[in-house]
Amino acid sequence: MAQELGWKELPEGDALKAGTAADFHTGDWRSKRPIKDDKTCINCLFCYIYCPDSAVKVKDGKVIEIDYNYCKGCGICENVCPVKPVKAIKMVSER
Amino acid sequence: MATLKELAVREDRLTGGHRMCPGCGAPIIVRQALMAVKEPVVVVSATGCLEVSTTIFPYSAWKVPFLHSAFENSAATMSGVEAAYTSLKKQGKITGDTKFIAFGGDGGTYDIGFQSLSGAMERGHDMLYICYDNQAYMNTSVQRSGATPRGASTTTEPAGKVKQGKVMTRKDLTECMVAHNIPYAAQTIVGDWRDLTKKVEKAMSIKGPKFINVLQPCQLGWGYRMDLTIELGKLAADTCFWPLYEVENGKYTLSYTPKEKKPLAEFLKPQNRFRHLFKPENQKLLEELQADVDRKWELLKKKCDCFGTEK
Ligand SMILES: Cc1ncc(C[n+]2csc(CCOP(=O)(O)OP(=O)(O)O)c2C)c(N)n1
Ligand code: SF4
Ligand code: SF4
Ligand code: SF4
Ligand SMILES: [Mg+2]
Repeated sequence: MAQELGWKELPEGDALKAGTAADFHTGDWRSKRPIKDDKTCINCLFCYIYCPDSAVKVKDGKVIEIDYNYCKGCGICENVCPVKPVKAIKMVSER
Repeated sequence: MATLKELAVREDRLTGGHRMCPGCGAPIIVRQALMAVKEPVVVVSATGCLEVSTTIFPYSAWKVPFLHSAFENSAATMSGVEAAYTSLKKQGKITGDTKFIAFGGDGGTYDIGFQSLSGAMERGHDMLYICYDNQAYMNTSVQRSGATPRGASTTTEPAGKVKQGKVMTRKDLTECMVAHNIPYAAQTIVGDWRDLTKKVEKAMSIKGPKFINVLQPCQLGWGYRMDLTIELGKLAADTCFWPLYEVENGKYTLSYTPKEKKPLAEFLKPQNRFRHLFKPENQKLLEELQADVDRKWELLKKKCDCFGTEK
């Protein structure tokens, strides 16, 4: 929603539509980007369950995507990834 | 109990695009808690980081019916919602099985919302109250609350020449809720998805008032590297700073006993709010804090032995 609303157009009682924050992208907050290695990932889903920004997408029990529209680059996914000795998710600089 | 694969099939009920800090523990609690509920659910949240950052006009990150109440009355608002639902159901105007979850920060729960929570629990509403406890008033810049632990530096009780962080000991809210004789009260952390989802699942299966206190690492207010949120939660449990346990109809059960109880310092060290405690002149204070953790842990174990589930 780009345009500013006048007071007459404001929703009554500040009732907002559900889930619209999905239209707001927080990906540009990121200074580091998580990159996933599909070859070493064991699909434990830890990165999925601990991501604060619902950015790790799972389908049929497998991580299929990191949604960079939302990922803020916190690095939690890398931290919780159990794959050793090299984690299956690595944070790399955006620059 | 749902496995991770089973949870992942369920819809994420909190979208991305909310404005909580990177690495914040609060949305992790919300995602996991709502994933653990199979039924339709109505959510209320008190003012605080969670509510403010998930509902910035004109956006909402909630994919469930959501109400923002004031700072002090998340539990009272939810009581009203639940009572209206129960009445409509009795009149045959609605059917189905809807669940009710109220969220509040520690400020909104331990302090200003305490009487509202106490009343809702005592009246016996069929609802779950989840306190996301980050141990200070974070949304307004880290003022101390009744949940702030002794020795933690906050903007209203900073460590400096006069004081070494908070002087008083934190309130034990979980035990206050146990004293309300509710059917279920529990403590868990951000950092053990299994424990958190299991407790929410169990709470959902019990009729009446339920309370879960979740320790939530806050990178901004605690001052730690933002990727360490899960590790800090785990350290809180491994040092017994924040024991994981549940009380079901007065019966105490430990949910987790660390294989090796770690020194409290391991939890405190990564956090700037405790940095001053590692100065040589504060060694005695640090020892007192450790002794306090030890005493409370022993007491909790005794409660589990005396008032535990029969083996
Ligand atoms: C009656 C009232 N007093 C003060 C405030 C300002 N206020 C908004 S959020 C907040 C702090 C909330 O702290 P907490 O409940 O711990 O949640 P957190 O922000 O830490 O998530 C305060 C003081 C308010 N909204 N209403
Ligand atoms: S870096 Fe943080 S926000 Fe991005 S996918 Fe990993 S856990 Fe999610
Ligand atoms: S945490 Fe690592 S191994 Fe597990 S699903 Fe994510 S990338 Fe794969
Ligand atoms: S200040 Fe703390 S609780 Fe608030 S959004 Fe940031 S990390 Fe989360
Ligand atoms: Mg707080």
